[in-house]
Amino acid sequence: MKLRLTAALGLSAALLLSACAANEGTTDTDAAATGGSSEAMSGLEGTLSGKGASSMNSAQTTWIAKFQEANPGVTVNYSPDGSGAGREAFMGGGVDFAGSDRAFTPEENVAGASALCAEGAYAYDLPVYVSPIAIIFNVEGVSELNLTPEVLAGIFAGEITNWNDEAIAATNEGVELPDLTITPVHRSDDSGTTENFTDYMHVTAGDVWTYEADGEWPMDSGEAAKGTSGVVAAVTNGVGTIGYADASQAGELSVVKVGQDGNFFGPTAEDAANAVANSPVEEGREEHDLAIALDRGAEGYGIVLVSYALACSEYADSANTDLVKAYLGYIASEDGQNDAAETAGSAPLADSLREQVQAAIDSIA
Amino acid sequence: MASTETGATSESLPQDPTNDLQSTIHGKARLGDKVFRNLSTGSGTLILVILAAVATFLVGLSIPALTADPEELQYGAFWAYALPFAFGTVWASFLSMLFAVPVAIGIALFISHYAPRRLAQGLGYVIDLLAAVPSVVFGLWGINTLAPLVRPLYVWLADNFGDLPVLGWFFAGPVSGTGRTILTAAMVLAVMVLPIITAISREVFLQTPRLHEEASLALGATRWEMIRQAVLPFGTPGVVSACMLGLGRALGETMAIAMVLSPASVISFELLTPSNPNTIAGNIALAFPEAFGLGVNQLIATGLVLFVITLAVNMTARWILASRKEFSGAN
Repeated sequence: MKLRLTAALGLSAALLLSACAANEGTTDTDAAATGGSSEAMSGLEGTLSGKGASSMNSAQTTWIAKFQEANPGVTVNYSPDGSGAGREAFMGGGVDFAGSDRAFTPEENVAGASALCAEGAYAYDLPVYVSPIAIIFNVEGVSELNLTPEVLAGIFAGEITNWNDEAIAATNEGVELPDLTITPVHRSDDSGTTENFTDYMHVTAGDVWTYEADGEWPMDSGEAAKGTSGVVAAVTNGVGTIGYADASQAGELSVVKVGQDGNFFGPTAEDAANAVANSPVEEGREEHDLAIALDRGAEGYGIVLVSYALACSEYADSANTDLVKAYLGYIASEDGQNDAAETAGSAPLADSLREQVQAAIDSIA
Repeated sequence: MASTETGATSESLPQDPTNDLQSTIHGKARLGDKVFRNLSTGSGTLILVILAAVATFLVGLSIPALTADPEELQYGAFWAYALPFAFGTVWASFLSMLFAVPVAIGIALFISHYAPRRLAQGLGYVIDLLAAVPSVVFGLWGINTLAPLVRPLYVWLADNFGDLPVLGWFFAGPVSGTGRTILTAAMVLAVMVLPIITAISREVFLQTPRLHEEASLALGATRWEMIRQAVLPFGTPGVVSACMLGLGRALGETMAIAMVLSPASVISFELLTPSNPNTIAGNIALAFPEAFGLGVNQLIATGLVLFVITLAVNMTARWILASRKEFSGAN
């Protein structure tokens, strides 16, 4: 515990330093902002523990550092043990909040299911972390590529095997496509990135990509690599390669824009946030339970990973309720979203969705 | 096994003529003797206990997966799941030994019998240093340097040998676009086991009795003939032991394989395609973070399979060695 606290302190110090180094002008406003919020929350004390998705770990690290900086009396812990472990711990009452790459299903989220929540209370699924997944490629002489979902799925399904295929050329006028074998690279480990990407292909191009969404790549063909870094390395070092990876890790590689009918979107924070904001909340949910029915074909960039913060609508033990509200409130705030975007490369929530999330957090009792 | 043998000889010692002497002269039991005997007996026992503890852990946690209904298992029926990995483990290790053993013996002989003393010493240090490189570094090297480097060679191999009758089984295309095939993984493994085999072989070769070597040379043998007549027969058991240690590392290597290899769940002898059989250890590293419930048991059960494979390979090697003891120059 002590070590973690020291690490968090060190990190916040480092953040402060880098912020100073980056731009003197913004440091002042930053300091003013955190100073203001610390005054408002200075009364908070205690320890908050969370567990769950590793996808938002670097964002959580940032949030924790900034939050503890503003509230010296508070210790927040987040252990990135995986979404499943997070949901399990939340149900068992072992943590105050959880992080998860998917929302609770309506069957899971019934009143009184969690030992943590008050009698008759249910869990809020709060989308707080949106991360675009970039389609990266490495073809000599090609730096821009527009693909329809069908063509993208065809490439990863192994049906389109050469870069000079007519289907690719159709949406890329003026781009000189070489006669080169396509090497699609996928993740060899079980991953939420794969699950969201296969879901995207399944939803938008179900005729071509016939597999269901799955964290494990369903096919035996194609190239596989371990982790985001492995895929990026394989695509970078390979010949005629294409793969998918968290947009913040794409580095210098060229990225594909996907879409239809001349309307193509890249994995920018704005387009990703729009796709999420343009998706409806799942039907049949309780008020403030913001499980998003992600519309992959919505206006915007649909290949995104949405991670949720899971909290109770009402806590059985009210001791930490204020802490949860303050912490989640900061996460969902404009500052919190921008902080995560800076360090983790996530896409800040669109205003409309952020207001809904804030309203939900305000209603926590 | 070795401990029972030494136990037998020490028991048979008092039967010797020296027995009389021992009965008349009562040796003083010195503290050092006592401490050392207990220390070594304790160490010998400890390693057996550790091994037994590991085996118990593996068996205990494997049973739920092995007895469960295949429907309930996260990764499907156990043997269908484990078989490609078992094959991949043995295949990758075999290939890596194919690369590593000749080179390692060559280096060991060079250091022990060919190189000038000063160069030999320096070279020995360098080789030992290789053993200290973490496997993650080898993995990064494999994925970033070796794989792109060997890919053109793979394309050439597939072009020239891919259509031939027997060689086609191994060198058929399509060639991986990144070069991260089982052949590359085997090369990385070979580099990793090289220092182990080299270091032990070198020490064994240096132990060759000077008289054997000089006798051979005196009869007019060239240096190579001397090595064949005196050094290699004397060193064979040691070299085999070295290879077993190296093989152990190759069979169990996790991180480098997980990083370098482009795995799929297939059984295939093809060396150049993107779909390669994964190894057991590599698969555990990839699947463990997201495994839950019986899936964890299932992965541990594949670990048990690896344990059994390692044991079987080792015992086979010992058996072969024992059955050929009479030909060894060491006796």
